[in-house]
Amino acid sequence: MDSRLLHELKKLLGSEGVLHEPEDLLLYEYDGSVEVAKPACVVFPRNTEDVVEIVKLANRYETPLVGRGAGTGLSGGALARQGGIVVVFSRMNRVLEVDVENQRATVQPGVVNLDLSIAVAHTGLHFAPDPSSQKACTIGGNVSENSGGPHTLAYGVTTNHVLGMTVVLPTGELVRLGSAAVDSPGYDLTGLFVGSEGTLALVTEITVKLTRLPEAVKTLLAVFDTVDDATETVAEITRRGITPAACEMFDSWTIRAVEDYVHAGYPVGAAAVVLIDVDGLREAVESEAEEVADICRLHHAPEVRVARDAAERDLLWKGRKNAFGAVGRISPTYYAMDGVIPRTKLAVTLRRLAEIGAKYGFEIGNIFHAGDGNLHPLIPFNGRDRDEFRRAIAAGTEIIRCCIEMGGAITGEHGVGMEKDHLMPYLFSASDLELMRGVRDAFNPSGLLNPGKIFPTAKACGEIYARPAAEMSAPPA
Amino acid sequence: MTAPSRLASISGPSHVVSESPELGAYEICGKRPAAVVRPGSSEEVAEIVKFAATEKLAVVPSGARTKLSMGLAPRQYDVALDMTRLDRVVAYDPADLTLGVEPGIPLQRLAAVLAEHKQWLPLAVPYMERTTVGGTIASGVDTPLRRMYGTARDYVLGMEFVTGQGVTAKSGGRVVKNVTGYDMHKLMIGALGTLGVMTKINFRTFPLPVDTRGFVASFASAERALELRHVIAHSPLRPQAVEILSSGAARILRGDVAARIAPGPSASEVFSKVHWTLAADFSGNEKVLDRCERDLRQMGEKCGGESFVVLSPDQMLPAASRKREFIPIALASSPAATIVKMGVLPTRMNEVLASAARAAETNSLPWAAIARGVGVIYFTLLPKDRSDETRLRVIQATDQILFECAGLGGNATIPWSPAEWKSSLKVWGLERGDLDLMRKLKTLFDPSGTVSPGRFVGGL
Repeated sequence: MDSRLLHELKKLLGSEGVLHEPEDLLLYEYDGSVEVAKPACVVFPRNTEDVVEIVKLANRYETPLVGRGAGTGLSGGALARQGGIVVVFSRMNRVLEVDVENQRATVQPGVVNLDLSIAVAHTGLHFAPDPSSQKACTIGGNVSENSGGPHTLAYGVTTNHVLGMTVVLPTGELVRLGSAAVDSPGYDLTGLFVGSEGTLALVTEITVKLTRLPEAVKTLLAVFDTVDDATETVAEITRRGITPAACEMFDSWTIRAVEDYVHAGYPVGAAAVVLIDVDGLREAVESEAEEVADICRLHHAPEVRVARDAAERDLLWKGRKNAFGAVGRISPTYYAMDGVIPRTKLAVTLRRLAEIGAKYGFEIGNIFHAGDGNLHPLIPFNGRDRDEFRRAIAAGTEIIRCCIEMGGAITGEHGVGMEKDHLMPYLFSASDLELMRGVRDAFNPSGLLNPGKIFPTAKACGEIYARPAAEMSAPPA
Repeated sequence: MTAPSRLASISGPSHVVSESPELGAYEICGKRPAAVVRPGSSEEVAEIVKFAATEKLAVVPSGARTKLSMGLAPRQYDVALDMTRLDRVVAYDPADLTLGVEPGIPLQRLAAVLAEHKQWLPLAVPYMERTTVGGTIASGVDTPLRRMYGTARDYVLGMEFVTGQGVTAKSGGRVVKNVTGYDMHKLMIGALGTLGVMTKINFRTFPLPVDTRGFVASFASAERALELRHVIAHSPLRPQAVEILSSGAARILRGDVAARIAPGPSASEVFSKVHWTLAADFSGNEKVLDRCERDLRQMGEKCGGESFVVLSPDQMLPAASRKREFIPIALASSPAATIVKMGVLPTRMNEVLASAARAAETNSLPWAAIARGVGVIYFTLLPKDRSDETRLRVIQATDQILFECAGLGGNATIPWSPAEWKSSLKVWGLERGDLDLMRKLKTLFDPSGTVSPGRFVGGL
C-alpha cells in the first residue's frame, strides 16, 4: 500500500489506530463466511470526524474502503474483496443516548447488539433484533446487513427498528437520515440504507426504537418422530394466525451436535424439535401456549415440554444460540447457508435439501427460523479437500436455486455480500439489477465503498478458495 | 401521431379519454390533463411511460383520485394514468399470510377477499370506502393501527414498478423475511408517484383479531390525556391503536358533515365536545380484553380521566370510522381547511400541541387536532373563508407551527390546503439536509421528469 497514505492514516488515528503488518491483518481476512480477502490496512476511527477524514484520504489515494463491525457476517460483506482499507468500528462503541420515555436509543455503530439490551434492561426495554451472534455482532453490522434473529418473527428485523442515522457518504459528506421522531418527510432513505451492505455509506450513528420486554414468556420444546410432522406443525401454527415470538426448528443432525456441546436437554434420537416462544400479556400467553401445544400434539409430537422457569428457558435457548459453535466442533469447516421460502413449502423444501445433500455426498444439517421460512442449511465439509469444497459450493448453489423455485429469496438475513453476488441474476432481471446498480452509483459513484459486493461480477468459481482447516475456527453464530 | 391516438394504440381506444368534461375529474390543484389512459397491464404502463418520456410529456398515476390534492401541484401534467383496471389479486396464499395485488384494486374489495380467510391488512386509512391499495401506498397516509402493526413500510414485502423511463423493475419478494438487494420498494411508499408507477405490490397479511374492545376517556387537558398515553406505553398492554382528540376534532366528528362522509350510527358522541378525548383500541381474547379494561380504568383514573366508556366491537366500528375519516371530514368542514401533519417524539406532543394551538389562536383561526400515540399529530386549521386576508393568517400560523415543531425536534408538512394557497405555504416543511440525496434518486428513477414531476419534497 502507498506509504504516504499509511503515514497520513497514522497521523490521523495514532499508530494504535492503524494495523498494517501482515500478521496483524490476518484476522481481518476473514468473517463468518467461507470467503477470504486480504486488506491493505485496518483502521480504527474514534468518532464521526475520524471517519470523514478516512473517507477523504481514501478518495485522495483512490483506495477502497470497507466498513466492519465484529466480523461475524456470513456473506463476506465486511471483507476487503478488492483490498484497501478496512474501517473497524470497535472503538466507536458508545451508547450515546437512551431516551426511556420515548423508547429510543442513539448508538455508535460499534455497540455490541446485546450490550444495548443489557444497558437498558433495568428500564424494562430491549433492542428487539437478536441475531444468534448478538453477544458479538455490532449494531452497525446489523444495520448494514438488515440482520434478523429468532425473535424477529414477531418483532421485525433491524429495518423495522431503525428510525434514523448519521452517515458518511463515499464523498466524505456527512448526512443525517430520518429522525428520532416518526414519519420524516421525503423518500425513505433510512429504509434504503438499512441493509445496503455497506455499499452506500459508512454509518456513524444510529437511532433505534427500544421495545418493551413482554410481561410473560413461555418456551415450548416440541419433539417429533419425523421432519414432516415438525414442518406441518409450523405450517399449521402460521395458518391459524398464531405468531409466536420465535419458532425455531432443528433436525436430528443438529440436535445431536448441539446436545453433545451444550447439554440443553434436547432429545437425541428425535427426528426434529421445534423451539417456540410465545410472549405478551399473561392472559394471552397462557391460552396461546396451550393452543400451540395442542397443534404439536395434533401433528403427532410424542412430547411437548414447557420450560418451568427462566433457567430452563435459558438452557433451551442456549442450545439454539450456540448451535453454530456446536457444529464447528464436529466439522471445523462448514458452509452456513441462508435462504428463504414461503412457509407453506417447508416440508417439500427440506426433502429436496436432503436429496441435494445426497447427490453431492453430504449430510446437510438444518437449524433455522422455521416461523418465517428462513432456512439455514449447514454443509459440513473437509476444508483441506479442494474437491469437497467445490462440491459444497455447488450443493449450496443448488439449494439456493431450490429456494428461488419455491418462490423464495436467496438471503433472509445474512446478505448477498461476495457469497451470493453470482446468484442475483436468478432472482432479479437485468433491468432490476441495473436500477439497483444505479442506486449504488448515485451514492457511491466511484465504487470506492465496499466494491465487489451484491452485484454479479465476472468471478469464476475458483476465486473462492478454502482456507486450511488448521486456520479455521467455527464462525461465531 | 397525437398523444391520444398513440395512447389508444397502446391501451385501446375505449380506454383513452380526451374529451374535456371527463378530464375534469382528473384535475390536480386546478391542472387538467390533456388525456386520460387506463392501461390494462404493467406492459402497457411501461409503454405509456416510455412514450411520455420520449415525447417529454408528464404522467401522473392515480387510483380512486381521493388524495390527488396532497403535496404540490405537478409542474407539468399531460396524461392521467388511471390505474383502476389493474385491479387483480395476483397471488394470495392465506396459509403463508402473503399477498400480491395490482395497485388499482380498491382497498375495500381486497379487505373482503382477505376477510374470507379471517385476515386483513391493518390499513385503517381515510377514504376507506373508495381508495385503492396503490393510492394508499403512494400517498403514504398512515393508520392508527400502526401502534401495533407499524406502517406500510413494515409489511410491504416487495414491489414491481415502472420507472420514469418506462423500465419495469422490482425489488423485495413475496416472503416475509428477505434481504436480497436494495429495498427500492420502500422508496415508493409515500413518494406520490414521483419515482415511478407501481404495478404490483406484495404484502404480508395478518390474522384478523379474535375480538376487540374500545376504551374512551375524557380529560380536562391534552396534558392529562397524553399522560395516560405515556402510562399505557410503559405498561405491558399492547393496544392496537391509541388516539387523542381535541374538543374541536370531536365537534367536527359529531357534526352533519361527518355524518354525510362517514354515515351510519354515530358512536362519536363518546368523544367529548368540551374536553380532550383519549381513545384506545385493544384486541385479543376475552381474558386479555378484561385485563386491558381493568388496567386501563385504573390508569385512566390516576391520570384524571373524567369519564370512561367501554365500546363493544359494534360500537367501536362507527367511532373508528369517524376517526379514520378525520381528514376528509376536516377538509369538508371548512372552505379553506389546512392540515399540518407533524411527527414528534411522544413526550413532546403536549408542547407541540400547545404551541400549534397558540399559533392558531393568535391568528384567530379555529382548529382541531387528532394525534396518534406513536407521535403523529394532524393539526387542522379551519378558516371560515378563503379570502386573501385569511390566507395571510394561515401562512403566519403554519410558519409558526413548522418552526416551533422543528425547535421541539419534530418535523412537519402541510399535505392538505386549498390548491391556490400551496405556492405560498411550506407544503413540504422546512429545508432538509438530505434533499440532495433525494434529488439523486429522482434523477436516477426519473431523469426526464416524466412521472408526477414537482409534487414532492423540494419540488422533486
